[in-house]
Amino acid sequence: MIRLELRTDPSRAMVALTPLLAVLATMIVGGLLFATMGKNPFEAIRMIFWDPLFGEFAFYYRGQILIKAAPLIMIALGLSFGFRAGIWNIGAEGQFIMGAVIGGATGLALYPLDSFIVFPLMIVMGAFGGFVWGMIPAFLKIKFNANEILVSLMLVYVAINFLSGMVTGVLRNPEGFNFPESRSFQNFPAANNAELWAGTGIHWGVLMTLGLVIAAYLMLTRHIFGFNIRLAGQAPRAAKFAGVSPNKMIAICLGLSGALAGMAGLFEVTGPAGKLSTTFPVGYGFTAIIVAFLGRLHPVGILLAGLLLAVTYVGGDIIQSKLSLPKASIQVFQGMLLFFLLAVDVLVNFRIRFAKRGRA
Amino acid sequence: MDISIVSLIATLIVAATPILLAATGELIVEKAGVLNLGVEGMMIVGAISGFIAAVNTSSPFMGFVMAAVAGAILSYLFAILTQVLLANQVASGLALTLFGLGLAALMGNSYSGVKPPSTPKMEWFGLADIPVVGPILFNHDLMVYFSIFLVFAVWVFLKFTRGGLILRAVGENHDAAHALGYKVVRIRVLAILFGGACAGLGGAYLSLIRVPQWTEGMTAGAGWIALAIVVFASWKPWRLVLGAYLFGGVTILQLNLQASGVDIPVSYLSMAPYLVTILVLVIMSADRTRASLNAPASLGKIFHASS
Amino acid sequence: MKLLKTLMAGAALVVGLGGMAQAQEKTKIGFVYVGPVGDFGWSYEHDQGRQAVEAEFGDKVETMYVESVPEGADSERVMTQMALDGADLIFTTSFGYMDPTINVAKKFPNVKFEHATGYKQAENVSTYSARFYEGRTVIGHIAGNMTKTNTIGYIASFPIPEVIRGINAAYIAAKKVNPDVKMKIVWVYTWFDPGKEADAATALIEQGADVIMQHTDSPAAMTIAEEKGIYAFGQASDMKQFGPNARLSSIIDNWSPYYIARTQAVMDGTWTSTATWDGIAPGMVGIGDFSDNIPADVQASATALKDALASGATHSFTGPLNKQDGSVWLAEGETADDGTLAGMNFYVEGIEGDVPQ
Repeated sequence: MIRLELRTDPSRAMVALTPLLAVLATMIVGGLLFATMGKNPFEAIRMIFWDPLFGEFAFYYRGQILIKAAPLIMIALGLSFGFRAGIWNIGAEGQFIMGAVIGGATGLALYPLDSFIVFPLMIVMGAFGGFVWGMIPAFLKIKFNANEILVSLMLVYVAINFLSGMVTGVLRNPEGFNFPESRSFQNFPAANNAELWAGTGIHWGVLMTLGLVIAAYLMLTRHIFGFNIRLAGQAPRAAKFAGVSPNKMIAICLGLSGALAGMAGLFEVTGPAGKLSTTFPVGYGFTAIIVAFLGRLHPVGILLAGLLLAVTYVGGDIIQSKLSLPKASIQVFQGMLLFFLLAVDVLVNFRIRFAKRGRA
Repeated sequence: MDISIVSLIATLIVAATPILLAATGELIVEKAGVLNLGVEGMMIVGAISGFIAAVNTSSPFMGFVMAAVAGAILSYLFAILTQVLLANQVASGLALTLFGLGLAALMGNSYSGVKPPSTPKMEWFGLADIPVVGPILFNHDLMVYFSIFLVFAVWVFLKFTRGGLILRAVGENHDAAHALGYKVVRIRVLAILFGGACAGLGGAYLSLIRVPQWTEGMTAGAGWIALAIVVFASWKPWRLVLGAYLFGGVTILQLNLQASGVDIPVSYLSMAPYLVTILVLVIMSADRTRASLNAPASLGKIFHASS
Repeated sequence: MKLLKTLMAGAALVVGLGGMAQAQEKTKIGFVYVGPVGDFGWSYEHDQGRQAVEAEFGDKVETMYVESVPEGADSERVMTQMALDGADLIFTTSFGYMDPTINVAKKFPNVKFEHATGYKQAENVSTYSARFYEGRTVIGHIAGNMTKTNTIGYIASFPIPEVIRGINAAYIAAKKVNPDVKMKIVWVYTWFDPGKEADAATALIEQGADVIMQHTDSPAAMTIAEEKGIYAFGQASDMKQFGPNARLSSIIDNWSPYYIARTQAVMDGTWTSTATWDGIAPGMVGIGDFSDNIPADVQASATALKDALASGATHSFTGPLNKQDGSVWLAEGETADDGTLAGMNFYVEGIEGDVPQ
């Protein structure tokens, strides 16, 4: 009989080891999945994990990995603070969209002004847009005790419809033959978030993300706020006695994660996506949740987890065109990753003991 | 405006049924103290499993059975994660949703565009011909009536049976229940399985009756709405019906408004159901005394016998 | 930095040249689809075109495809992957792929691109589209004859010129044979969403429509129509199996002749950048078989109309026609020019409601 025995202290070795175990388990089960679909599992796994980094066309893919990873990491960093404190922002996708809409609209309103101030202003407005969208569930939770999970989630659908309304109406490109999309930022140099060095995939969002990782790390480990967050998550009552105001915590966490998600949205819409359209939302807000957990809610872990998930995205495209595997296989993969991580997580706090039957 | 009210109500009942089924299951789960955010994942896996079963056996009934089974199996993963491996319930539920969405898309890859066997409407000896009341009440398929029956059964279970009492006890204070000798983990696992089966049925209703077809992502947030409705209903079974029909009504109404030529921009009409849900959530939660009397006290907390 | 740029350009050139060398062996053709090939609509028909190319050229070609590619950065990556893989010709089958196609085409000057329903060309980018509105004229003619409630329901996707053209063409044709006919339009803002399309169809039927037309890609509306005993038309593909009684006829996208012709051009080395807009005559727009529910005289007149459109004797938009606000658009005998049609954003007189802004 397998029994779980509480450890005296959480195992530090396991904290670092469990993500790797989870990835390994996913590779094995994923491989089996591909085998049942009639594909060579080793080839498929290789195409997902190896080719994007070291394969034939890796010089192109590596840049794509950075492009895909930046928004995931940026959003996940914001989410991680809230998650540590038990504040569940599930509506990052909506905040991502609103950041893109508000920030993008600012830029479009200034078109065709060619000034260096345009882009920074858009970034600020993008963060603001996400911040506002994140503060709605915060406000409703503080004032009315409404569950932030459900409110933030409903707001995702509201945001998607809002985007749709904007691009078919006010923000529609007047020279675009009535198609439901905004003016392209690629043709608007002051607002274009282009690659800084061609082929590397590094745009301003990538640089900002790197900076944020460092900032988040410092905040978590050195700043009183980081301490309060960790305290609130692990010992809520102690936190209260220490004077941490739960309402303030809710507001800051949701506001912060909203702002970061909004900023990520702005970088994405002015960079890789190129314009606002009805197909802009692709689910980064939800995938970022996986990234946050996979990275153990720690900035460095999130950095690595974001890169890993970006690799699976790019690899997923490869297996789609080379092996004719459906797009959904990668979604299953990513879901499995989270599943296995949560499953092996138990090893951090508990030890597995094989007890003999018939104890007294 | 040329809207036929009778027809509208009949359609909204159909629109509300999948959400009602899923919400009923989730009500039991939450009453037992577990928050399962994976309803969307279970619904869509139920949708495709039921679809595949119905297409291959040419029997919609088998479709629904298999949908319930599939939903239960998927929820079992969640049960193991949260009850045995003590994982965080919010994260596990999300993982379930993401995994379920991907799995369903994978399973349904070759089923796009396939036509399922049609589910017959119930014949109530011509009662359906009564004007006004007839089409609203008597012209539906079996699952609509089953969904109402399910709510009734859950209500009876929770209110009048010993099993229901034990379930509620586990949800209110799992430590006390454990001290009294009740098998908390087993009860919760059973509740989760029930929730999974109901969500599966709800999903199958979408793919076999409401649309009826299979498409990737066809639940389109219905699972999340079901979760919201459980809160809206203050965890009381009959209120679920009200909530589900309200939501279904708003959805159908906005389409009809459009079709009749009312000049409100489409996007804003489409937002309406979600905004209404938020509004209702706020109203229900704001009344702290009432809400807190009904939310199971142990909702979301991890239970481990030795701790 | 500059070195990296040069290396990248060099690498692309080498691969491109290598691709050209390969052309003498097998011609590689890539297809990028916006939806699933199983949608029985838009993407399904493009894939039929791909299969026709394979059937026609056999061993001389190798085709590859990726489905459900979101418009935006992802599509750029997929196209780049195909080009890196040695594709000689790439078909990008959705309007939203326009900018990505142009971007990738710049990086791979030796690869030819065919962009569907777009308007930006380049030296190695052609555009192609079909005059679906000609098909709408034929089915509008049938609908006008068949409706008893004088209400036609239209499930529209996005208020873009292509969709508005279709609405106008159908209405004009229906009104010619039935002056009392009205059109009710629901905008679903999606190309493919069976749930929404089914709901829209139901709502339209509740509003009194007894003939349904759609500019969306799934057979959901046809299925609902069959259930409720209403008539409907198949869109992009025939959809007969979804509505054996409901389906009166359909508009069928037939890309095979064009795809085969363009592949041949690449193989012969005669490919140049063109903008193609073909209709019934060259076979790009097909009309599905007429159902037996249509009376013989209507079938005859519909066939005559179709032949007239093919021969050029009739044009879908022939005056006298006014715009919705009453202003004169086309004088007696005048036909609409391609420019106006390409940017069409107004309803013709008689259609109620506004084009969503």
